[in-house]
Amino acid sequence: MAEERAPSLLESITEFSENASPLDFMVILEHWDLFAEGLWMTTNLVVLALLIGGCLSIPLAVARANRTPILNQIIWGYVYVFRGTPLLVQLYLIYYGLGQFEAVRDSILWPVLRDPWWCALIAFTLNTAAYTTEIFRGSIEAVPFGEVEAAKACGMPRLKRLQRVILPSAFRRSLPAYSNEVIFMLHGSVVASTVTIVDILGAGRELNAKYYLAYEGFIAAAVLYMILVYFISRGFKFWEKKWFAHLRPREDAEAEAKQPGAAAPQTALVR
Amino acid sequence: MDVVLEYRDPILRGAGVTILVALCSVILAVGFGLLGAWGKLSGSPIARRVCGSYTTLVRGVPDLVLMLLLFYGGQQVLNDLGAATGWWSYLEINQFVAGVCTIGFIFGAYMTETFRGAYLAIPRGQIEAGIACGMSRGKLFRRILWPQLARYALPSFGNNWLVLLKTTALVSVLGLNELVRESFVAGRSTRQLFTFFFVALIIYLILTAISDVGLRWLERRYSVGVRRS
Repeated sequence: MAEERAPSLLESITEFSENASPLDFMVILEHWDLFAEGLWMTTNLVVLALLIGGCLSIPLAVARANRTPILNQIIWGYVYVFRGTPLLVQLYLIYYGLGQFEAVRDSILWPVLRDPWWCALIAFTLNTAAYTTEIFRGSIEAVPFGEVEAAKACGMPRLKRLQRVILPSAFRRSLPAYSNEVIFMLHGSVVASTVTIVDILGAGRELNAKYYLAYEGFIAAAVLYMILVYFISRGFKFWEKKWFAHLRPREDAEAEAKQPGAAAPQTALVR
Repeated sequence: MDVVLEYRDPILRGAGVTILVALCSVILAVGFGLLGAWGKLSGSPIARRVCGSYTTLVRGVPDLVLMLLLFYGGQQVLNDLGAATGWWSYLEINQFVAGVCTIGFIFGAYMTETFRGAYLAIPRGQIEAGIACGMSRGKLFRRILWPQLARYALPSFGNNWLVLLKTTALVSVLGLNELVRESFVAGRSTRQLFTFFFVALIIYLILTAISDVGLRWLERRYSVGVRRS
């Protein structure tokens, strides 16, 4: 009598996933390495773009806030163009467009400009630099004049004033807006998948194309992006708590307000 | 330059499609936004839960992912449903509908926050006064809520509109013949992709500039009667 082998747990899960479940989750799990690669690609593109773009935007924002003649108008134009047009068009312009010119194709930069990864990095960097410039400009202008005046009165030269008084205060002020920009950049980075880069969405599209699936890859990508956004916003919340510690209402003060007269005087004596 | 003039018609048609997509989806988004804000402010815990997860979901997932999910996945689900119930045989979502629906759905979540914030800015006493005067719900909305809602929501609404206008470029990935795709096709056939994408860029800039002016006009109109310092 031929004994029928009982299916292993893994087999029965796969069987359930392929036939019964509306979402074939095993096929996603089997290709976890594809998504891991996509995750790495998205993260390195976004992090590099944010770092370089952030560094670029500081001098631009300072020049804008100081109303440096000529530079101010040029930077205004740059910011206006990059904020007023879709990232997709900016990326296409660099990736597809630059090849139109013979001078570009003959130059030593061509191997770089032909590579979709570099094009995406350039486009993302320029884009985020424009948005960040506007954020930083706003917060530099919002630094109370008294602080700057005090720094001047202490005899600090221009650069030292920037370094010690204006920028730290401005960075702190721009944190909430900047956290939005980071999330927007992550969301915007999906256009990289339209120029053959395998980022998270690219991995999802590849999976779908390979197995003629309609949604599995996209759902996996959506979940990954949500997890990333969750961690980013948690990280910024933590930072804000740390840097805005001096603005938070005192915890004991709050407790005191709830129960008037319950806590107060004794602690004062101990100190 | 002559090449651009030669391809003037398809480019302008593409720009028209872009504007149409943007207008249709902004109307849908306002609908979703009012509904979402109503749900979030309502007393019902279920409505609050549903609307809360709607806004979290949309703000967590990139627009293109949702768009592709709806376009390919939604079609599959619709057809499976049709096969299971036997009500329809084969449906194809066209790119325009898919684009408008997704963009409307996504920006509905942002509009929800916009309208919720604006509603909370309306002094509670005015609503109570309206009720005390015996206004019906519709009249209360028309006479007291809407004019102020529009005023408080406008700055954030304008912001959303500008982002929405740029998001419509993503519909080209689905294959809808809007501005970006028409420029791509024209640029491919003339081997002048830079020229045509540059034209698209300029058209987007013009659209945002016009929107800026229009929004400023609206803001002036809706803040008649507000004293300025």
